[in-house]
Amino acid sequence: MSNVIIQTDALTRRFGTRVAVDALTLEVHRGEVFGLLGPNGAGKSTTVRLLNGVLASHGGSARVFGQDVAAQAAQIRRRVGVLTETPTVYDGLTARQNLELVGEVYGLEPAQLPARIAEVLAEFELQTRADDKVATYSKGMRQRLAIARTFIHGPELVYLDEPTSGLDPEAARMVVELVQQQAHREGRTIFICTHNLDEAERLCDRVGVIDQGRMLAIGSPAELAHQLWQGYRVVIKLAEPLSDQQLQSLGEVTSRGDANNPPTLLEFSLPGLQAVPDLVSALCGVGARIVRVDPQHHSLRDIYFAVRQRHQRSGEGQ
Amino acid sequence: MNWRAIRAVIRKDLLQAASNRIIWVSFIGVPVMLLVIMPVGMVLMPQLVPEQIDLRELETMLRSVPPGLKARLGAFLADQMWVMLAANYMFMPFFLLVPMMISSIIAADGIAGEKERKTLEGLLYMPISDAELFISKVLAAWIPALAITLVSFIVYGLAVNLAGYGTMQRLFFPEPAWWPLVFLVAPAVSLASLAVTVIISAKAKSFMAAQQASGFIVLPVIALMVGQVSGLFFLSTWVVLLIGVLFWAIALMLAKIATNKISRDELVTQV
Repeated sequence: MSNVIIQTDALTRRFGTRVAVDALTLEVHRGEVFGLLGPNGAGKSTTVRLLNGVLASHGGSARVFGQDVAAQAAQIRRRVGVLTETPTVYDGLTARQNLELVGEVYGLEPAQLPARIAEVLAEFELQTRADDKVATYSKGMRQRLAIARTFIHGPELVYLDEPTSGLDPEAARMVVELVQQQAHREGRTIFICTHNLDEAERLCDRVGVIDQGRMLAIGSPAELAHQLWQGYRVVIKLAEPLSDQQLQSLGEVTSRGDANNPPTLLEFSLPGLQAVPDLVSALCGVGARIVRVDPQHHSLRDIYFAVRQRHQRSGEGQ
Repeated sequence: MNWRAIRAVIRKDLLQAASNRIIWVSFIGVPVMLLVIMPVGMVLMPQLVPEQIDLRELETMLRSVPPGLKARLGAFLADQMWVMLAANYMFMPFFLLVPMMISSIIAADGIAGEKERKTLEGLLYMPISDAELFISKVLAAWIPALAITLVSFIVYGLAVNLAGYGTMQRLFFPEPAWWPLVFLVAPAVSLASLAVTVIISAKAKSFMAAQQASGFIVLPVIALMVGQVSGLFFLSTWVVLLIGVLFWAIALMLAKIATNKISRDELVTQV
């Protein structure tokens, strides 16, 4: 069985003269949580629509589960769950009726459906309000129901479009936790579209940064940080500053200080985290007294804005 | 064809429509106004305001009555003829407004209403083909429209027979032309109306916008009313059968056009 779940090659979609998705090429692997990051209107939702055969492409190709989306969209959709940005829950129906609809359309066995619905209602803590009209639900409850209906048929691949959009912090945290619980079950693959970078940082194994339909960068946060900053930064706090001679013996190092304020903070650029123990040994070797070793973490926020800045600079340079 | 999925979507559309107060008002208000209050008033006129009954007002209409029916009507007293013509013929076009409006309202709610509530996109991601989606939306509107039409026919029959019994001294409704009207023309009119609403709803942004834009669908009914009152034709059994065939041809043509409008690519770009 192939490990590649989603594969696009120069996938393109236009609306009139506007190119919404521009020669998008990406791969998403089985079991990973992939985040498509970008501002509003970047082409994230259009990409999800293209990958589900809800929109037809104007160029390139897309394969999901190894099947051609253009030719086999219905078969693909059967194995997929989609949480749209505005949750698709029907106000005039109860939670149970909403789940029955999805279960029946996805072809769950009639004999097993009531038990599966009860299980999902319990899992998403909706059982006490299961027979109330959704119109009476809070926004957080509606979102929980929307996520429940996304997962009820046990999809192998789940698209989540802005899953915490418009939720208060508490409801957003709960949604992220629910997604985390569901994400790594049975090798399930999750594709999240978001502009919420903190949420993406918590959930995603790999990310792609998209803008104006174009993929600007793709990889794990660590890989992207490595590409952007050519190495891993480590900051070391010393008890006393080192002499110039001691510093020179350490090779390439940035010291944070000046003549009046001798440096006790040293910054190193290393090829990888595995080089940290060697550095600590070298420092001890020159007599440094180490207070703290602080490998610098580039947040997804740093990465996202660095990618966008790099893209803007390259655009200005052309 | 995935009939289980189709049934699920139909049930969802009906439950959703049933939770909409505007739709309930239309379901009850339109038939009651058109098929109870107005006809009962007309049928009671000979008993309540006999001096207002003037058959000369109906002369134009009677010009195109087939000879056999004309002879039969000639055997009635003036007030009885009024009741017969009012209950059995004048309200025929009004009756068609019921299947037409009910199917249009549900279809508008099922497509434009879903767009407005932002639930249509979720439906488009489900494993249901465009054809199955179209069939679901059509049947969700058509089945209740036909059921309400049938109930309306029974209620109308009871109402006019009761109201007119004092004048007629017997049950006088329905005349034979009503059978093709109820079972041939009404389904065709309903289908045509909902096909037009589907076409409009595919573009409309909201339920109300779709409803307003679909308003012109009553024009054929007005044409029938004017045609009959002006003596251009009379809705006898044969004429009703002919109209039924004509409406079926129109309805099927419109349904074919509507099928092309229910495509994911077309709908998703508007949500």
